[in-house]
Parts: sequence; structure tokens; C-alpha cells
Amino acid sequence: MIDLEARYQISPNVSLRPERFGALAYSFDTRKLSFLKHPDLVRVVESLKDHESVRLAFEAVGVDEARWPSFLNALSTLETSEMIRAA
Amino acid sequence: MPPEQLVHKIPAQPAAATRPLVEEFKFGLDAPICLTWELTYACNLSCVHCLSSSGRRDPRELTTEECFRVIDELERLQVFYVNIGGGEPMLRADFFEILEYAAAHNVGVKFSTNGTFIDAAAARRLASMDYLDIQISIDGADAQVNDLVRGEGSFAAARAAMDHLAAADFGPFKISLVVTRHNVSQLDEFKEIADSYGAQLRVTRLRPSGRGVDSWAELHPTQAQQRELYYWLLDRPTVLTGDSFFHLSALGDALPGLNLCGAGRVVCLIDPVGDVYACPFVIHDEFLAGNIRNEGGFTKVWRESDLFLSLREPESEGACTSCGSYDACQGGCMASKFFVGLELTDPDPECVLGNAEPYLAALATAGTAVPSSTADHSRPGVPVPSPVTLRPTRRQRV
Repeated sequence: MIDLEARYQISPNVSLRPERFGALAYSFDTRKLSFLKHPDLVRVVESLKDHESVRLAFEAVGVDEARWPSFLNALSTLETSEMIRAA
Repeated sequence: MPPEQLVHKIPAQPAAATRPLVEEFKFGLDAPICLTWELTYACNLSCVHCLSSSGRRDPRELTTEECFRVIDELERLQVFYVNIGGGEPMLRADFFEILEYAAAHNVGVKFSTNGTFIDAAAARRLASMDYLDIQISIDGADAQVNDLVRGEGSFAAARAAMDHLAAADFGPFKISLVVTRHNVSQLDEFKEIADSYGAQLRVTRLRPSGRGVDSWAELHPTQAQQRELYYWLLDRPTVLTGDSFFHLSALGDALPGLNLCGAGRVVCLIDPVGDVYACPFVIHDEFLAGNIRNEGGFTKVWRESDLFLSLREPESEGACTSCGSYDACQGGCMASKFFVGLELTDPDPECVLGNAEPYLAALATAGTAVPSSTADHSRPGVPVPSPVTLRPTRRQRV
């Protein structure tokens, strides 16, 4: 589970490739591929490391609060697949 | 309607992407998600179902330098990994050089091998490398079933390679099999072999491609076996399939994966001489998009070739229009249809609802010739193992 008040970052050796729909994420360590299904999610993931908390990252990117649950779900999936991790 | 009015109709922030991912992929991406790169047509084996009809090295094979340029291009395109195969890729003298160059340029490699050339020293070298996955092919869970398709001694060679990788602490490699009428009853045994090494099992679909054109009719699983396979896979979501069984999804719940034909849309094949085909299973002039040696390289072929652009057009459901399962199976595999002589809008020859039967029967009645290979690299005078007609299956399934 993602802690809204904690700081996260993209895991080492993970690369993002921007796409129309969002981005491909690939971990060279786990050799797994994931899909980020919205450009806003890509912006959030890229800015995680620059913010004290996920909440601040959401606010910086300008994600409506109504969308936070779906974004938290997506981030949680990315954490499970080791694409992001607590900083 | 003027734009300012339209704004009110659209939520300022859509909660999800406007189109499902699969629909996005059908229109193609600027670069493949991953691709298959056959490094050589040379092979020490002569498997009866080889999809690239491998055997002899093609004298026009890409040089080491040209291979490096391909990797540079894939790095620029952010193609994160390639599936290297052949032929037997380890037969290339510069094989390790190419792997090392790829790893240094952020292109991960998964390579497919028959294992013959993984001795203790090679296993230690492979274990020391980054960004590397190895997939060892066997097509039977024992020598008897395997060697009928892959040739005498090939099972022992593959098992020796697995032993060497385990001894060298390579980590979890993959064991890959193509499902046939003869090995489908051994799925549990394959899984046991994989588990005994801590390896991942990968199960893929037999296509009538390459030399498979001649053996497919006798080797492909029966309808009853396809159902058995479907439920076996459904119960084991950790078994990898390379997304190759989406035609089985017409039986019920979709199997894990994209369930989509990615040919020319999100995947493709680069062959040993730099020819780019829509997928690894269609090495035939009809599906040749271009050559990376031409101006503009791979990128231009991927983005501009007439063939790939046409594969990204909305597809016609053809004969499958009236079937309620089209959304699940997407009409099946293009390569399988083509090489048995069907139209691409016909049902998949292994359609689990039996919808291809009338079409196949019509082809048989008309005596229609199947498309012959346009790139046969089989070694002259080397007999391919002759699996089915010579010997019966090891045991009958009740």
C-alpha cells in the first residue's frame, strides 16, 4: 500500500518511455514491463522523488482529489512490481 | 458545436486513458515494445517445426559492426529488450560481444538457445552478465518425446545446459516448450523440471511456419487437447506464454496477457540478414516490411513501411463477424492462417469453436497449395527428424 504522506521514487534501473497513452516502464533488474496508462500518472511518477510526499506530488502535478484513489491504486501496482519504492 | 461548448461535455480530467490499452496498441507505437532478433540461420539442430527453417548460415549475415548499429538504434528508440534467437545464436563467434554491447547500451537481452553450447565455462560467463535472460528450448519432458522433434541427443544437451546454469548460480532461467500433440500430456512433468531448477516455464503455440508447414497438421494439438491446455494455463498464471494462446480465450476467461496480435504494431522480427518481418512466425515475402541496411535503418521500416502501416489499420473481422467470441480471440493468429492457406479474415485454423473446419475442408477439397517458404535455410542432405508417422505417441491419454 502506498502511504500518501511518504516519499517515493522510481526504482534504480527502471526506465520510462513516453507514449500517447502514458508510458512503458521497464525494470532492467526484474526484467519486467509495466504500462502507465495516463500521461498524468507519468508526470506523478517522474516527480515523486522531488516531493516530500505523494500528496505533494499529486498537488504539484495538479491531480484532482477525486482521482487520487485511482492514482494510489496505480502507484500501488507499480510498487508491487518494484517499479517505484519508498525513498 | 463551437469548441467552448464542447469543453463542458468533457470532464476536465478523465480518470483513465480514453481508449483501452489494447486499442492503443492496435494503432501501433512509434517503436516496438520489444522485438525478436534472429542472429543467425546457422543451427546444429534441424528441428522438425523450426519456424525459421534454420540450418545453414546465410553468407549475408549482419556483421558485428552492423549488429552494434542495430543496438544503438534500439537504445535510441528505447526498445528495452530484445528476444535473441536463431538458428542457434551461440554459433555466432561474436555472440558474447553482442550481448555485452547490448547490456552496455540499455538493451536487455533474452536469448533462446538449444543449450548445446552452454558448457561450464559459458554458464559462468553468462552468470556474470547483467540484463540477461536465458530460455532453453525442449519440446518433450523426456528424451523420447523431445528428440523425435528436435533430434537425437538434444534433450540431454538441453538438460546439461540447465545443470551448468544452475551450478554457475545463473539464477532463474526459463525453460521453453512448444505445445504439440505429443507433449501436451507432459505439461505437469515440464513444470516439475522447471521447478526443480527454480526456473520459469514458458509454454508457446506451435505455428505452421518455416519447416512447421510440413509437420503442423500432424503435430498441432487436437481440440480436446487445446481445452485441456487452456484450463491448465488458467490454473497456472505464473506460467509464461509469450501471449501466444489468445485464440484459446474464446473458451472463457482470457488468459493473462494482452490477448492481441502484436505483429507490426508492437512487435516485429529482424532476421539475420537485416530483413524486418511483421513477427517471428511470418518469415515470408508477404510479410517482409524492409531491410535495416537501407537508408533510414530499422526506424524507417518500423514507422513508414506500407506493410506495417496497413497492419495498424482497423482490421476487418471477416468471417468471424457473426461469432460472439471475436472480442476474446481477435480472430486468432495471422501466421497460422497464412501458412495453412487461409485468408487473413478467415477463422484461425485452431479456432476452439471449430469455425475454421468448413474453410479447411474447402481448401482440402480444392487441393489449394499452402504458401511455400521463401527463405529456407535447411541444410541440404540433413534429414529432419520425422516425428509422427514413424512412431506412435509415448502414451495415450485417457
